[in-house]
Amino acid sequence: MSNLQSKIPEGPLADKWTSHKNSVKLVSPANKARLDVIVVGTGLSGASAISTLAELGYNVKAFCFQDSPRRAHSVAAQGGINAAKNYKNDGDSVYRLFNDIIKGGDYRAREANVYRAAEVSNQTIDQMVAAGVPFAREYSGYLDNRSFGGVQVSRTFYARGQTGQQCLLGAYSGMIRQIAKGRVTMYSRRDMLDLVVVDGKARGIVTRNLVTGEIERHSAHAVVLASGGYGTIYYLSTLAVGSNATASWAAHKRGALFSNPSFVQIHPTSLPQLNDYQAKLTLMSESLRNDGRIWVPKEKGDKRHPNEITEEERDYYLERRYPAFGNLVPRDVASRAAKERCDAGYGVGETGMSVYLDFSRSIGRFGEKTIEAKYGNLFEMYEKITGINPYNEPMRIYPAGHYTMGGLWVDYNLMTTIPGLFAIGESNFSDHGANRLGAGSLMQCAGDGYFILPVTIGDYLAGEIRTPRISTDIPEFEKAENEAVDKLRSLLAVRGKQTVTSFHKRLGKIMWDLCGMVRNEEGLKNAKKMIDELKEEFWNDVKIPGTLDELNQELEKAVKVADFFELGRLMCQDALERKESCGAHFREESQTPEGEAQRIDSDFSYVASWEYSGEGNDHVLHKEQLTFDNVKMQERSYK
Amino acid sequence: MEIKLKIWRQKDARSQGSFVDYNLSGVSGDMSFLEMLDFLNKTLIESGDEPVAFEHDCREGICGSCSLYINGRPHGPGDLVTTCELRMTRFKDGDTIVIEPWRAKSFPVIRDLIADRSAFDKIMEAGGFISVGTGSAPEANSIPVTKEDSDEAFDAATCIGCGACVAACKNSSAMLFVAAKVSHLTLLPQGHAESAKRAQSMVAKMDELGFGSCTNTGACEAECPKGISLAHIARLNREFLKAGFRG
Ligand SMILES: Cc1cc2nc3c(=O)[nH]c(=O)nc-3n(C[C@H](O)[C@H](O)[C@H](O)COP(=O)(O)OP(=O)(O)OC[C@H]3O[C@@H](n4cnc5c(N)ncnc54)[C@H](O)[C@@H]3O)c2cc1C
Ligand code: SF4
Ligand code: FES
Repeated sequence: MSNLQSKIPEGPLADKWTSHKNSVKLVSPANKARLDVIVVGTGLSGASAISTLAELGYNVKAFCFQDSPRRAHSVAAQGGINAAKNYKNDGDSVYRLFNDIIKGGDYRAREANVYRAAEVSNQTIDQMVAAGVPFAREYSGYLDNRSFGGVQVSRTFYARGQTGQQCLLGAYSGMIRQIAKGRVTMYSRRDMLDLVVVDGKARGIVTRNLVTGEIERHSAHAVVLASGGYGTIYYLSTLAVGSNATASWAAHKRGALFSNPSFVQIHPTSLPQLNDYQAKLTLMSESLRNDGRIWVPKEKGDKRHPNEITEEERDYYLERRYPAFGNLVPRDVASRAAKERCDAGYGVGETGMSVYLDFSRSIGRFGEKTIEAKYGNLFEMYEKITGINPYNEPMRIYPAGHYTMGGLWVDYNLMTTIPGLFAIGESNFSDHGANRLGAGSLMQCAGDGYFILPVTIGDYLAGEIRTPRISTDIPEFEKAENEAVDKLRSLLAVRGKQTVTSFHKRLGKIMWDLCGMVRNEEGLKNAKKMIDELKEEFWNDVKIPGTLDELNQELEKAVKVADFFELGRLMCQDALERKESCGAHFREESQTPEGEAQRIDSDFSYVASWEYSGEGNDHVLHKEQLTFDNVKMQERSYK
Repeated sequence: MEIKLKIWRQKDARSQGSFVDYNLSGVSGDMSFLEMLDFLNKTLIESGDEPVAFEHDCREGICGSCSLYINGRPHGPGDLVTTCELRMTRFKDGDTIVIEPWRAKSFPVIRDLIADRSAFDKIMEAGGFISVGTGSAPEANSIPVTKEDSDEAFDAATCIGCGACVAACKNSSAMLFVAAKVSHLTLLPQGHAESAKRAQSMVAKMDELGFGSCTNTGACEAECPKGISLAHIARLNREFLKAGFRG
């Protein structure tokens, strides 16, 4: 059915990356200076790739939509970054890290890629520490680790509650050093609107200058997308509100397959929605579940103050359902269980759409001081937003869209199905299967950018050393630019009555209700129809003030939302097609008698990769079969 | 509640700006300040007006995008908060709220409440890094760092590059921002080798870009949402002097 070539090197799992590195083609320094590479995105994956490619001698053109590359969404990561250093001597190893990621992803990721991600994780920590990332240390002066995300070893490096900010600043500093040297040209406040493909190869991008509105053409010998995830499709999510799918979606429409789009991680511990104006859901770190107990009242619709509800009247439903793991079950399991209770009428708060996260027992046992030392900043943040002091009464939490495991299909070289187009970080699909483990994304982003892409892109560029600098005065650029301008003009021309945000909210609600934590056939079919109708309404009634030639934030939003309609539809198609439950994807039709996810390996051990086939049409499916030679496929059980 | 807003409107960098008054009713206390502005924009768009442009992204106090000067204070009333963390509970029915962009020669306004802060990136380019190429790093635990140094470096590294310090300073000095970076990197053994040179080139770049000089008024520290301490400026000055003696 498909001819997807994942290009996994031969040989034993543990030797694949080394033998691949030894066999890829190299580019001489003189030739590197003649090769241009575009990198879209300056998050952890992009910034680490940009600095490394520039150090190698390529000419790099870097893009981001924020005013400064340092503000990419990676700054928001809180909990930490994994590596298999085994500093705690607790039996950790590259193999164990690999095994945990594969198992956590519910056996829907590619073994070889995951093993490599685990393998380079140690070097990443070395690199970051050398670049000045102030990871937490013990009194001895050596690096500290903690256990995170329900695994049995302590392998997570962290910088208080702002690991992402510190890791990104490390990568950003490497990148600005190269800007200063003239090896990187930085284009901030740019939106990538389209990918330019010439004779089947990625050769450039079309961008909009967000200050002047000017449409620009940029060419290169290869293009790298590091444009992050699309969890903002739900409107409310834990992501920075500017996060979007436009860059990957443009690449998709130009021929790059999009894999497992419906695999979205819903994080169990976010602040619940407070009102209709809310623009964003704030994540409360997963670590809180180490000392907090989750409960709802046993009585339906019990509206009493939580402190008045006695111990016997509380249902600690995670402890009840999952005695072995209790409050520490994986994210997807905790999220679904919260939804189940709230849907059944046991939820708390004004809307009934939240559950309690209670610290009273831990405070009683260890004292307020100890709890404050561990979570002080999180408690403060909670109080700042809700006005409730969690030392005195339980927090209220609810699940929120958080991370997209799906993304552009890439082979072992991180190249998409378009030659010369690469995808790294959250924008690709490759390492987390159907569910991502905590602290695994920063690890993957930095590994891709510092150590993997710079090697594999060389193999491609070695074949381009005779290609002169690409001119932007060619019909392919002209066509892409014209199409981008036409799309912007038609958005502005609608001149309807409803704001872009109102459409985004409605789309988000459809996605959340029907393609969120729980999915079923009827709902997904409905969702597809509803999205089509909403999209039609959008193109007839959206109101975007202002013009093309100025700073126009409504127009920026409209471009993103227009793409979200198309992506949302594909997510539903993907979720419909996968009639099994796996990881974060829960199909009601596929559950065990106890209501747990039922994976169906015989039918669904594949990566679903979708080909674009024209506006409004269903996509065409290509399957990449997954084989597991180095791990035993087990049922995930947390009972 | 109903509030009165006085907001700086300016079409682009070349145009003259001015304050425009708006009455906004239906504001609720559980909105964040930026959600209040979203709400204002919704009403503006629906009634055929241009929405107010302002910067934001993470909306949780970590990216440094949001940058509003509210009632005479960068990031508004309240200590240790960014604009996006500010809640409307701080205000009451009938209040007048004046909203401006950062004002500083080196941060030109490009539209409404958006100022161009790219000068900060330029300062960083002058030396805000440790010169270590990918691949040449030693094993992470081969250089221990005392917990005290590491914690203090971390405190300095929490700067989000928002620019409130510049907006708060009557001289529009960027000393606190520069000092935070110099301190962060100098305190770590990894960054020590370049520290004198780093201080000198970052300060020189800051001067060149038109930021004013530091006269120790402390306004920056008072308004910094991340609590970056003036003590870092003292350390910067020491590094700067060292560079002078050497150079
Ligand atoms: C609240 C929160 C907490 C998290 N905590 C953790 C954690 O503790 N550990 C962990 O491992 N992971 C965590 N994650 C996940 C992790 O932070 C992200 O997956 C990761 O940072 C993504 O990095 P990236 O480089 O792929 O992209 P991003 O950092 O998202 O950067 C995307 C870049 O692409 C640019 N871009 C996007 N679209 C365009 C366009 N159209 N045109 C031009 N430029 C564009 C942006 O400007 C930006 O520079 C967390 C996520 C959230 C939301
Ligand atoms: S020092 Fe404080 S006020 Fe200045 S840029 Fe950094 S965080 Fe903002
Ligand atoms: S929007 Fe990111 S700090 Fe305010």
